Amino acid sequence: MGKEKLSFKEVHHSHSPKTTLWWFFLVATCIKVLLFPSYRSTDFEVHRNWLALTHSLPLSQWYFDETSPWTLDYPPFFAYFERFLSIFAHLIDPQIVHLQNGLNYSSNKVVYFQRVTVILSDLSLLYGVYRLTRNLDSRKQQLIWSLVIWSPMLFIVDHVHFQYNGFLIGILLISLSYLEEGRDLLGGFVFAVLLCFKHLFAVAAPIYFVYLLRHYCWGGMVRGFRRLLIMGGVVTAVFASAFGPFFHLGQIQQVIQRLFPFGRGLCHAYWAPNFWVFYIMSDKGLAFIFRKLGFNVQTPTGSFTAGLVGDSSPFSVLPQIKPSVTFIMVLLALSPCLFKAWKNPQPQMISRWIAYAYTCGFLFGWHVHEKASLHFVIPLAIVAAQTLEDARHYFLLSIVSCYSIFPLLFEAREYPIKVLLLLLHSILMWSGFSAQFYDGAEATRVPTANSKKKADQFGSEGNSGATVKKGFAIGWIERIYLIGLVVVEIWGQILHPLLFGDKFAFAPLMLISIYCAFGIMYSWIWQLIYIVKCR
Amino acid sequence: MEKENKVKDTASDDDDCWWWLVQKGTTAVFITVGLFALLVRVAVSLHPYSGAGNPPKFGDYEAQRHWMEITINLPIKEWYRNSSNNDLRYWGLDYPPLTAYQSFIHGLFLKFFHPDSVAPFASRGHESYLGKLLMRWTVLSSDALIFFPAALYFIIVYYNQSSRTRKSELAWHTAVLLLSPCLILIDHGHFQYNCISLGFTIGAVAAILSGNDLVASVLYCLALNHKQMSAYFAPSFFSHLLGKCLRRKYPILEVSKLGLLVLGTFAAVWWPYLYSTQSILEVLSRLAPFERGIFEDYVANFWCASSILIKWKRLFTTESLKLLSLTATVITCLPSMVQQIKSPSKRGFLYALLNSSFSFYLFSFQVHEKSILLPLLPATLLAVEEPFIFRWFTQFAMLSMFPLICRDNLVVPYLALLALFVLIMNAPGQHRVRESNYLGSATMFLILCCYFVLHIVYLTMHPPEKYPFLFEAIIMNLCFSQFVLVTLGCNIKQWLLNRPAKLEETEKKQI
Repeated sequence: MGKEKLSFKEVHHSHSPKTTLWWFFLVATCIKVLLFPSYRSTDFEVHRNWLALTHSLPLSQWYFDETSPWTLDYPPFFAYFERFLSIFAHLIDPQIVHLQNGLNYSSNKVVYFQRVTVILSDLSLLYGVYRLTRNLDSRKQQLIWSLVIWSPMLFIVDHVHFQYNGFLIGILLISLSYLEEGRDLLGGFVFAVLLCFKHLFAVAAPIYFVYLLRHYCWGGMVRGFRRLLIMGGVVTAVFASAFGPFFHLGQIQQVIQRLFPFGRGLCHAYWAPNFWVFYIMSDKGLAFIFRKLGFNVQTPTGSFTAGLVGDSSPFSVLPQIKPSVTFIMVLLALSPCLFKAWKNPQPQMISRWIAYAYTCGFLFGWHVHEKASLHFVIPLAIVAAQTLEDARHYFLLSIVSCYSIFPLLFEAREYPIKVLLLLLHSILMWSGFSAQFYDGAEATRVPTANSKKKADQFGSEGNSGATVKKGFAIGWIERIYLIGLVVVEIWGQILHPLLFGDKFAFAPLMLISIYCAFGIMYSWIWQLIYIVKCR
Repeated sequence: MEKENKVKDTASDDDDCWWWLVQKGTTAVFITVGLFALLVRVAVSLHPYSGAGNPPKFGDYEAQRHWMEITINLPIKEWYRNSSNNDLRYWGLDYPPLTAYQSFIHGLFLKFFHPDSVAPFASRGHESYLGKLLMRWTVLSSDALIFFPAALYFIIVYYNQSSRTRKSELAWHTAVLLLSPCLILIDHGHFQYNCISLGFTIGAVAAILSGNDLVASVLYCLALNHKQMSAYFAPSFFSHLLGKCLRRKYPILEVSKLGLLVLGTFAAVWWPYLYSTQSILEVLSRLAPFERGIFEDYVANFWCASSILIKWKRLFTTESLKLLSLTATVITCLPSMVQQIKSPSKRGFLYALLNSSFSFYLFSFQVHEKSILLPLLPATLLAVEEPFIFRWFTQFAMLSMFPLICRDNLVVPYLALLALFVLIMNAPGQHRVRESNYLGSATMFLILCCYFVLHIVYLTMHPPEKYPFLFEAIIMNLCFSQFVLVTLGCNIKQWLLNRPAKLEETEKKQI
């Protein structure tokens, strides 16, 4: 046995892109496993309840059951997915899937089981990002992988807070990869599947519709009509397989009611940093000014977050917002992009368009969750490595949107975790983008062998006087904005409790919402300009 | 950034897939890896600590908390004295004064935020959400303030000498240093403050590598005064510094300079107890718990492994065992000491650290399974030169702590950290060492199979009633055999260091 230390050792290195990708994923998995005992939100119990409900009740009862307040409000494919998981849950511990006894069950078994299902379902994200990046060069690949697979938002939302966003966004990425390859039918099919998993992804449906119509179906009366029929058939088939059983049982109305609870308010309990934050704040401001001026302004009785439609308006000055208004505003915001997609349906633009659509949905939608920013931050990571401007925009956007979900983890124990995740992400982005664009500027000038490029990459400042170096750096406005984030955080964590104690506990949260809303609005405008400018 | 320009030799960077991480220089690497290491530590600290919810004695967590309670509520002179206010049988202080001072500072921190957790008497067995959080943060902050800077110091010094190393190697070595799975598990899972004494030790090693012998001896004395176990390294520090001094112009002056500095540091740390011999003896008697027997529980050292055949505890008195273990320890660390006195070299010093700490771990009196952290430290410092030994050793060090980890309910972080360690060892772009010797790789494969089977067996099966500690005994014997191989290999390597230098010299002469 002692021989092994004296024997001849052969040094070799090998890393195919796939191993590297797996390596990234497995390192992330180790962290996810370590996060098992961390805080989990009520979403954990929601999903446990769905496991129990789909396991112990017949299909006809799924959308009617009210044993727990956390009723099933996702489309049928997700319910089928929970049914599938419940088979294993039953094997591990029958109490997990017991409708009554399982309520608020929180033994290690159920926690570990559910956390493991999230980790395993992330494989779809892995596949999606692999498909989307497999034709890029290895540097860009690694950059994108580190942005997506080590995304701090996914860690926070999926693996601490508890949800299956990685899984769903993975499906979206798979769909995008098919579209980018020009395989429109498959892309449309996968998107239809995604909609049957989570209907909130439907914000991008107009773009998909216009794009597929123009890119897939257009061209000749007969061919176009035939393709339209094929696409329509495929999408209908997907929806039929999801909703068919409920249609057959005559429950489709109940299902729709569960899926679209418009009874909820304009904003979520914690205001997502979107346009409506400005609307609410200007209402408050105007009311304040009018009162000062001597007008008689009534104090509103309704609240933004709950309260049924048709109840008293939560606004004192500005007109009340109905779901239909938000719907029209989203469509209006989408229209330039729809126009572009109609005029020139390019596969390489589709990721940007879809991300833009979700940005619009986030900014102007009804009852938006702060977590929904994941829907555009992750797809934008794919295009972040393309140009320097993209990288700058993404750098700001991903920091702001990650910061905006900080209030999700409000316990002291997770505080260092979220801060470290964000810092780590920022520094990884910083070094990744710097390397990418520092080298990229020279790569365009010297398109020679790989080794030559790299020789230029390190040091050697002297001999490259002729090149214009465009290192990665962000502008001073962005810098000030990001420093402002730190100030907001210090205010919320230290100064506010010191100065006000427990009073106005909502104020720091409001401040975060408003401050982050500026960043997201900036990102929206930037994306809009990019899309409009692009020919 | 300055480093960037120094590394001109980029030919070896060709298929380096960490280019994007390392191109910004050492600082960026260190910040990135450091943040990641902190994240891992915070995540591990979510898990239970030793003795959680296990009255009446709880575990190391309660011990540390109790010391904070004692130190902030009693005058400094009574910390080590048995009295009605300080029952030494209930987790009395048994580490040197620096640990007591550290407990005092942390105690003040706890008192400020959560006075209940360190209230005199009333807080015994105190367990709460906030209490656990604050205690965890004291370890985290000590790690970040002492271990991390020390590791950075070492990395800077170590990579300053050899300019031929690849930058990604530097990043990798930093990761290996900061993500040592055993250290993280014991400090942030089980709950101890090894990061402080090990941090001082790394600082001392780095100081020696950079030629600051005086700084080194002060730092090492601090390590020794935080945990007396740091004495495992004493032979190597002593012999290396002695060997160096003997080579100087005025050896006696140099030696006395170092000696005075050591005495001065000790005097400063022990100052409150120096007023009488009585009080010094009081503290000293707490530090050497000979009454606890030659080994406790199951530890992969010589006495425990051979106790299956020879019942040491029954055959010999404690007195004779003390003598026996002392002789064995001295004999086994003599070769590496002699080598360092004869020809002190920086590389040889690292090997000597490993060898002397190993001989203490394997043969000294009263060794804990946690003491494997001490030999593991120099192995980590040598990770780039000896990747194979390092990997092998770490894996078995983990295994040797496995029974302890199971008792603490830390199996999940154990597995995650072990996986993370294997991943880091197989990081893309890292030079992988593969055995081309079939016999060697076959035996290794066999041992690794045993390794994994033992984990599964230990977790799932109950031992036969006749031998309740059968699995522990098997694990410890396997680990012991591997440790002996490692230390034998390293002793040989240390002695072989003399040869290549001579060969090079002769080659130069020939040229």
